[in-house]
Amino acid sequence: MWGNNWNWSEALTQFQMRLGAPEGAARLVAYGLGAVVLVTIALTLVLFLIWVTRKVVSRIQDRLGPNRLGPYGLFQSVADALKLLTKEDITPRNADVISYNLAPVFDVFGVFLTLTVVAWAPGLIGADLNIGVPFLVALGAIGIMSALMAGWSSSNKYALLSGFRVVAQLLSYEIPMVLSMFLPVLLIGSMKLGTISASQSLYLFGFNLGLGWTVFIMPAAALIYFISALAEAEQTPFDLLEAESELIAGFHIEYSGMKFAMFFLAQFMNSFFLGAIAVMLFFGGYQGPFVDQLPILGAFYLLIKAMLVYLVTQWIKGTFPRLRVDQMMQFAWKVLVPLVLALVLWQMIVMKIFSSSWMQDVSILIGNLVVGGVVLNVISNYLRRQKVVTKRAFEPKSLIGVMEPVVSSGD
Amino acid sequence: MLQNYLFVLILSTVALIIPVAAIVLGHFLGPRRPDPIKTATYESGVETIGDTWVQFRAQYYLIGLIFLIFDVEVIFLFPIALAFERLSLLSTLAVVTFVLILLLGLLVEWRKGALEWE
Repeated sequence: MWGNNWNWSEALTQFQMRLGAPEGAARLVAYGLGAVVLVTIALTLVLFLIWVTRKVVSRIQDRLGPNRLGPYGLFQSVADALKLLTKEDITPRNADVISYNLAPVFDVFGVFLTLTVVAWAPGLIGADLNIGVPFLVALGAIGIMSALMAGWSSSNKYALLSGFRVVAQLLSYEIPMVLSMFLPVLLIGSMKLGTISASQSLYLFGFNLGLGWTVFIMPAAALIYFISALAEAEQTPFDLLEAESELIAGFHIEYSGMKFAMFFLAQFMNSFFLGAIAVMLFFGGYQGPFVDQLPILGAFYLLIKAMLVYLVTQWIKGTFPRLRVDQMMQFAWKVLVPLVLALVLWQMIVMKIFSSSWMQDVSILIGNLVVGGVVLNVISNYLRRQKVVTKRAFEPKSLIGVMEPVVSSGD
Repeated sequence: MLQNYLFVLILSTVALIIPVAAIVLGHFLGPRRPDPIKTATYESGVETIGDTWVQFRAQYYLIGLIFLIFDVEVIFLFPIALAFERLSLLSTLAVVTFVLILLLGLLVEWRKGALEWE
């Protein structure tokens, strides 16, 4: 059944045709079923992700987090969704109604379409588009557009400021992200995410270990992708769009009820699936031991790896200070873009000079180690400076020394 | 190949229906009692002064332009990646020159101060 060219939609269509359905209808039903299953998986995943986020951030901050509804508070997000469903839907008086209402729909739409090219297992991929990677880039632009639409149409100064920051931040980090996605594409020679995942196998004595991950060859590309994806997903060191202390909630400040929930949904899905894309491009996708024997294991590998990436982003969320706008912009344009362009150049030259793939891999790795070193150096320098500043600002003189013993009034 | 795009079409229909359905459902399930205070612009409890759509800094426009140039050029790179194995030495040189021009453009923008953000 799981042959070399096995494909879920073909199998479903064949199955229905054997039952006597005409081909066109069978294909439509198969695709419709696939779409509904994918969207259901994503929605369930989001309910779980919200719980994971709240739990992890609470533990980092030494709190308990949700713990009332269901085992370990697992049903808290279900209850929240129900509550949001019954909230009043307030439209601000001055809002531009059409784009105000369309923005949350587009935001969710763009993220749902990402599911098309997620390769869960061999042959288990929504549609293995031959333009997979640029398709993802195009979908990212829908997210940017909807955030700008929301910021502009809310008729609120906070929302508008946040909309400007959307332009500045998301557009700036789009460039290093796309360029770092280009590097594995150049190495593998395919834009299909299914092919990219499949080619990251590692055969040892005819057994697929599934550990031929591109991250071993290009760690710097993975690092740059991860940083830019953090910015694209509006996660913490780059959460300027919704900096609570400056802009209250950012571009969705005027949204309530289900419209707000849609932005929330899109953001969680976006941060998870950006991680899933990182996994497919750099961390082997569905590859893992025994995946050739039991292909459905691939879906578990993909989910586990993507969840680990997600946990790292939450860890960063709990520990890193927010960047200033100018620092954020400079980091994108003056550090990430030139470095990733240099990587592209280096990889192109190396792939033409050396004909053996062994030499290519080693020299790409050397280039990546240099670039990764530079990036890490910039980050650690920044953090060291930041530490000095916060210490001066907040360090108490001496907590215990100041406290004086209570003198009894002596009566 | 085109069948793949049929799937994209069907998925986008589902992806449009779900948020629209959720919002419409929420619209009917929730209460609807608008009043002038509630529908006023929320600016931390302070009365809004002036028009919301204020002038914005030209810098944002500049960043948008730089992004546009880079994004278009990056999209040109993707087809090259697919054909890279078969490229002759001369065309490889052309591609490398293309990336070098990109880098040069970035340097020019840097020198001109387009990347500064105060």
